[in-house]
Parts: sequence; structure tokens; C-alpha cells
Amino acid sequence: MHHKIRVVIAKPGLDGHDRGARVIARALRDAGMEVIYIGLRQAPEQIVAAALQEDADVIGLSILSGAHMHICPRVMTLLEDRGLRDVLVVLGGIIPDADIPKLNEIGVRGMFPPGTPMQDVVDFIRKNVRSRVESP
Amino acid sequence: MKRATSGAASAGRAERRGLFTTISGRAVAPLYTPADISSLDYQRDLGDPGEFPYTRGIHASGYRGRLWTMRQFAGFGTPEETNQRYKQLLAAGGTGLSVAFDLPTLMGRDPDHELSLGEVGKCGVNVASLADMETLFNGIDLGAVTSSMTINSPAAMIFAMYLVVAEQQGAGWQTLSGTIQNDILKEFIAQKEYIYPPRPSMRLITDIFAFCARHVPKWNTISVSGYHIREAGATAAQELAFTLRDGVEYVQYGIEAGLDVDEFAPRISFFFNSHSDFFEEIAKYRAARRLWAHVMRDRFKARDPRSWQLRFHTQTAGVSLTAQQPYNNVVRTALQALAPVLAGTQSLHTNSLDEALALPTAEAATLALRTQQIIAHETGVTDVVDPLGGSYFVEKLTRDMEEEALAYFEIIDRMGGMVEAIERGYPQREIAESAYTFQQAVERREQIIVGVNECVADAGGPIGILYIDQSAAETQRAKLAQVKARRDTAAVRRLLDRLKEGAANGANTMPLLLDAVRAYATVGEMCDALRDVWGEYGEIPVV
Repeated sequence: MHHKIRVVIAKPGLDGHDRGARVIARALRDAGMEVIYIGLRQAPEQIVAAALQEDADVIGLSILSGAHMHICPRVMTLLEDRGLRDVLVVLGGIIPDADIPKLNEIGVRGMFPPGTPMQDVVDFIRKNVRSRVESP
Repeated sequence: MKRATSGAASAGRAERRGLFTTISGRAVAPLYTPADISSLDYQRDLGDPGEFPYTRGIHASGYRGRLWTMRQFAGFGTPEETNQRYKQLLAAGGTGLSVAFDLPTLMGRDPDHELSLGEVGKCGVNVASLADMETLFNGIDLGAVTSSMTINSPAAMIFAMYLVVAEQQGAGWQTLSGTIQNDILKEFIAQKEYIYPPRPSMRLITDIFAFCARHVPKWNTISVSGYHIREAGATAAQELAFTLRDGVEYVQYGIEAGLDVDEFAPRISFFFNSHSDFFEEIAKYRAARRLWAHVMRDRFKARDPRSWQLRFHTQTAGVSLTAQQPYNNVVRTALQALAPVLAGTQSLHTNSLDEALALPTAEAATLALRTQQIIAHETGVTDVVDPLGGSYFVEKLTRDMEEEALAYFEIIDRMGGMVEAIERGYPQREIAESAYTFQQAVERREQIIVGVNECVADAGGPIGILYIDQSAAETQRAKLAQVKARRDTAAVRRLLDRLKEGAANGANTMPLLLDAVRAYATVGEMCDALRDVWGEYGEIPVV
């Protein structure tokens, strides 16, 4: 059985700058993944509920406002609570270097700062997504 | 004997690329000649600076009379911290203030609201009530400086706070000068910091037009913004088209609200991006002035020349800044800043080198200001008005840009207007398409970004950045609690109820907001009152 990788893309927090989220959603779709873009101002609870409902393999978060150290831990805790520990969580946006080890520690696996080639994101997801899924 | 040649390739050497385009994807020829501008009529299409259609500028003397206002957008953390930064910028020779608010303030939420978690003071300064506004402008004479405030959905609430602080300082409203961004259409189109649905949002804006025409006549009631549209991925021509068509929409709504066009149109100002494609940007500003002059005179029958004159602020392109090799951003920004100066901008913000990483440090912000000062005082470009006027290339590009914008005007007019176009998602889709096309060009290295997809060796070490900790949030929440304990809560409730009644029955909301502000009603409370009446807007997420 050939599964498409299923990705939920969300913009948590109050920020509305969605260029990056939308561009990456299209790039992942063009790379053959199933992309569910759930849009702006999503609370961690809504994001995790969407991941559960959509049987997502990957959650992609886009955060530019500096709120990542508040939002990411909450998302990771909720994933743990719902038994979704094997969902790959990746983060794009403006993330200071100093925060990257802390985010890795709580289980955010991929960090994509401004200037990341879209292909790098595609490759990272294919390489790190849970194994029940075969790459398209 | 000279060999007959045809085409550039055989004339000399092969060209570096098959197709040369601007950063917006517009093809450019190797050479422009008089044939490209043979239909151009000097009096009709250009005119001297200060004369209709103002292609060459709105002032006859250009920067010989007065330089542009060097207005550096700043704000972070608490009002106390930002107040210090303002005093420092003014001491360094900045000539105007520009307030950056944080996301809770921009979205009409108090710092103790659950959605404000992690956002207080991060992208700008947090302002919850009049008490914060008093602190923000403490020791700054509002009668003497001009202030620009980047605030949109809660523009009326924040502007009311500014007016009350001016009142406390004894600065008369008649003399106050400054700008509120107050441009909700580009929020729906690009930046997405909306609260209410489009129509009640437009009503708040026309309330401000009407109020200021009578009480704050020197205030720029709106800054119709292409900046965010461009940052979201629009091409230069799309930025021009959607921004000016937004301007048309505001004028239309103002007239429909019963105002005479010349009563409020002279206080409409604009705000454009300055991206990296030098000539395309210059052409964009010149086309904007000509287009607006015609729209205002011919479409709206404005009689006051001030209604015809497009005045604009410019900011260099944040989106062009790179996290990689951040010092390159100083050079990028300097070149981007030169374009609007050559095209006669009224004010300018230059970005700091570290803004792809964080809000700027004080040193980075000062360097950005120095960049403008060097252009102003050392390059000589300020001595001649519209120095590129008459360039075959610039005039041709100006005309092409104008025509492309007018084609968008037709499409949007056919949809019934910009509000209707937004409801259909039209400008949003156009911009998303351009953003993706650009990113693909970067990926294929057809579009080179130095330090990102070319010249990537020797990245250098990390630079020091501004880190905003949680103390701002805690301070702001504590101050909010104090304000709420001190004020007359029954009076606040009564005034918020009056605001709701006024919003429901069509009264001008500004006097009602001023009363609520004086009683220390919070941004969140005032916005919630109107949420109760008008509801909230949400867009359907589309990729």
C-alpha cells in the first residue's frame, strides 16, 4: 500500500504573515504530499486535534512573532497526551539560534529559518517521517 | 570590413541569460531609445514637479526645500522601554516617531488574554490602556513631533488614546500632525490582522475621516499600504494596483458616508515598499503619483489639488533581508533606500541588518538611520528634483507599470469593488501565485540572492540580537491589573454600552471611543464591545 505523506500546516499565535506557510504548503503538495493547511490563529489544541483527525504524519508550524517558546512546548505536550508521539513536528520562521537546542530537546525535529530551500524541507520530511509511510 | 550582424548574441558576446527580467518577472530590453517613449507628452504625462499629474513629484523644489522625514519604525517590550528608544532616535537626529505595536495590541487583545500568550511586547510595544500611552510619550512633546502609528483594526481606539495624551499635554488637536495606518483592506489582502468583517471595518475608517476633517485637520487619517502586499509576495505592479485600488475604495466609501471628497481626500497618504529592483521601484512611485492624480481628478471630480497629490512613506523590503550573512543587509538596504529618494518619497524607514533574525538592536537601528543620513548629506542626489525624469527606460517602465495597474483596476471594478474582490479572494490568490513563482525562481537559481543561493561561502559568525524575555508580559499584566483596580469600573461599563449602542445605530464611533479611553477602558474591552455588535471575520484557509 502506497501512502501519501499527510502534513498539517498551521500558523499558531496572533500573527497573520502567512506567505511562508502558504508557499511551503504548495511546495509539499507539489512534491506529492497530502497537505492540510488549517490557516491562521490556531491554538495548540486545534492544531493537535487537526493532526489527530487528519491522521497526520507531519505537523508544520510557521511562527514569525517570537512566540515559539510558548507555543511549541504546548503542542508537544498535547501530542504526548493524545498518543501522537510519532508525528514529526517541524517549524519554520524566525527562530533565534539560541532556541534551537531547547526546541530539539522537547521534540521539535526540523527547524527551517528564512532562506531555507523548499527542497530541503521536502527532503527532511521524507527522511524523518514515521516509517509506516512510504515516500510517494 | 565590418561583418553584418543581427541580434545581441552575434553582435558581441552571448548574453548571460536567455531572458532578462525585473525581480517581478517583467522582461526588460537591452536598450531603451526615444522610440519607447514616442507617445509621451511632457505637459500631459509628466509635468514639472509640483504640477499635475505630479509624475515628477508633488513639490516644485523637491528636497531642496525640505528633506524627507527619516522615520524609523520602532517598538518593543513595555512602553517604558520603547519611550527610551524614541528619545534615543530623536537624539540621533531622527525627525519623526513611528510606533510599532505588538500583536496583542494589533489584534485588539489585552495582555492577560489567553491568545496573548507569548506575544506581549515581542513584535512591538504593548499598549493596553491610556496609562500605557501616557508612558509611551512621556517627555515627548506631541505638539512638536510627528508620529506615525502602525495600527489597523484597533486604529480608532489607539488614535483616541493619542488624542487624549495630547489633550493632557495641552497640545491642541488642530495642530497635531502624524499618521495612523488605519488600512484594513490590505489586512484582508495580505497581512491578515483583521478583527471585524470588511463592511463595519470600513465604517470605522470613514468615522475617522469625518472626525478628523472637523477636529484634527492636519492628521493623515490613513496610510494606504502596499508595503504588506509586496511583502506577502506581490509583484511591483500588483503592489501598485492593489494599493491604489484600495485608495479608490476608501474614497468611494467616504463619499458614500456623506463626505465631500475634498474634505477628506487631502489627508489620505500612501505607504510603499522599496524592493531590490532599482528602476522598477522608481517607476512604481512615479506611476503611482500620475495614476492617483488622474483618479482623483477624473473619477472622483476632486477640485482641491491636494486631493490629487499622492504623498507616500517608503520602507525598504523586510522580505529581502537575509538571515545568512546579515551584514549584506546593510548594503541591500542602502540601495533600496536610494530608489524612493530618487523618486521623491515624503518619508522613509530603512530596515536594520538584523531584522531577519529579530527586532533590531539599538546599534543596528542607529546604523539604519545613518544610512539615510549618508544618502541625504553625502551623495548629492537630493539637489535635483526627479533626476531620472526623461530616461527612456524609466519613462517606459513608468508607463508600463501604470497600464498594468489600470488593467487590474478594470478587473476589480467589474467585481464591484475591492471589498467584493477581497470577499472572492481575488487579490489574495494573485499574490499567493506571485509568491510561489518567485520562490520557485529562487529555487532554480534564476533569481539570485547573495549569501542564500549564491556566494554562500564564508558565512561569518553569528551576530548579537535583541532578545525580549517574558518580563515585559509580566509587567504589562501587572500594570493592567493596577489600572483596572484604580478606575471607575461602573463608568467604564456604561461607556462601553454607549459605544455598542452607537456602533449599532450608526453614530460616529470616535467621540464614544474618546470617552471610553478617558475612563481607562482597555483596547481589549473596546474591541470586544464592537466584536459583540459586528462579529469577527475569518478567512477560509486556501493554499
